[in-house]
Amino acid sequence: MSTGADVEGLLRDLAPQVLTVLVRRYGDFADAEDAVQEALLAAATQWPDQGLPRNPRGWLVTVAARRLTDIWRSEAARRHREDLAAALGSATPTDVPDKDDSLALLFLCCHPVLSPRSAIPLTLRAIGGLTTAEIATAFLVPEDTMAKRISRAKQHIRISHVPFRMPSSDEWTSRLRIVLHVLYLIFNEGYAASSGPHVARTDLSNEAIRLARALRLALPDEPEVTGLLALMLLTDARRPARTGPHGELVPLAEQDRTRWDRALIGEGIALLTAVLPRRAVGEYQLQAAIAAIHDEAVTAEQTDWPQILALYGLLERMTGNPMVTLNRAIALAMVDGPAAGLAALEGLATRLPGHHRLDAVRAHLLEMAGDPDGAITHYLLAAGRTTSLAEREYLTGNAARLRGRRLMRTDRSTP
Amino acid sequence: MTGATRMKYLIMMTHSPDDPVQDWSPEDVTASWKHMQQIHQELTEAGELVAAEKLAGPEATKIVASDGVSAPVITDGVYPEAKELLAGFWMVDVDSHERAIEIAARTSAAPGPGGAPTRKPIVVRPIMDAPPPEW
Repeated sequence: MSTGADVEGLLRDLAPQVLTVLVRRYGDFADAEDAVQEALLAAATQWPDQGLPRNPRGWLVTVAARRLTDIWRSEAARRHREDLAAALGSATPTDVPDKDDSLALLFLCCHPVLSPRSAIPLTLRAIGGLTTAEIATAFLVPEDTMAKRISRAKQHIRISHVPFRMPSSDEWTSRLRIVLHVLYLIFNEGYAASSGPHVARTDLSNEAIRLARALRLALPDEPEVTGLLALMLLTDARRPARTGPHGELVPLAEQDRTRWDRALIGEGIALLTAVLPRRAVGEYQLQAAIAAIHDEAVTAEQTDWPQILALYGLLERMTGNPMVTLNRAIALAMVDGPAAGLAALEGLATRLPGHHRLDAVRAHLLEMAGDPDGAITHYLLAAGRTTSLAEREYLTGNAARLRGRRLMRTDRSTP
Repeated sequence: MTGATRMKYLIMMTHSPDDPVQDWSPEDVTASWKHMQQIHQELTEAGELVAAEKLAGPEATKIVASDGVSAPVITDGVYPEAKELLAGFWMVDVDSHERAIEIAARTSAAPGPGGAPTRKPIVVRPIMDAPPPEW
């Protein structure tokens, strides 16, 4: 007898395979995706009680295909009917999708006609096999809202006539980059939320890691895929130490490093080591390398800042991203002192206008430079601008700490 | 490098007790209502709408103050000095700050008497979310 958890894991693995069979056979991604969802739900309720069918994938394909015919029959226009009858005639329940089909499905969900933000829920449902309700919970919106968002995304794919095939070689790099970006955003969404009242969302990080592992199996020779997986593992390893007992944020320098997950760090570093000597180094590999240096330092003081600084320099040249410049300024301050870091912030105000991270970094560097008044001002500016509750508490806490210290000094100096 | 994937905003519409809505022609009232319905429909279809409510008028409103020990002090109505009252709100989950501003602008441009836009000020406030992943 299978447990519910076993069944759920199996269904999640089978979901994209069943969907590729249906899309390959009937051509309509949007309706096929709905049909597979219903077949998955049917299996999730029946299998734990009645046991697994002899051929689980065949069962799902048959049920989903039946459901798809229902969907098409009920469509008022009934325009698909003849095609469908023809297609059904050729159906065999033992179709086995090849590896490229599952990949093509992922490329379809992460197609450039969709914003990454539409691609995310679609990928989670079609490839990850999550239900709409689970995705809605993860993103803290009503189920109806998420259902609308997914169907809007599928509609967009349909009217854009996006073909179901692997990207051609000339678009390969840019298409792969979008897929990686979508997985990265899913990971971040879960990781960012793994403190405070939204712990349920951490599942998204695990889901992103699962999808990245599957993608790496399919594309073992793409160094950036491996780089992304390594980055996720090396970041996720720190999660247990990232929040204190009351859900408050603990900055990297103050984290209890004995709580970091050594197994994840080992795996991440092994992946990175295997891939770095290869061809062109990409941005995920560089980010993973920076994460690895942090993870390898037994204490915050032992962090190899010169190497982190060099890697941020490479990343800055590669991406031109002002957030990288901001992080590089911190590394520079750790190597050459706070004045150098503050100088590196010059010019960022126009590129990151009103961004709380710029104020937060400036406050931190001013504190390092021994300017508590300037630090308090910028901690409070950052606190007012952030839209994260935990971060606001941390920033106002820093301002209060510096004020408290100043008061103590004043007390001592007055007789 | 990118932060949260979507952002939630509260888009608030105010109402001034001095607004002579009761003097609008039925056609103007209908046009205004239709405009709002259309926005609501669009937000729903796009999967952007998280919640939307209209609030009852000041006549049905109470202010409660309490020290946690004695019986709470309950007064009628809204703050007496308030010139603008919260009339209703949309909570939206959108791709960008710009999109939230766009929704507010369309709401503000709802037709008033004679079809002229009311240009009512609409308040847009981000809803607090999780910390960024840099941590």
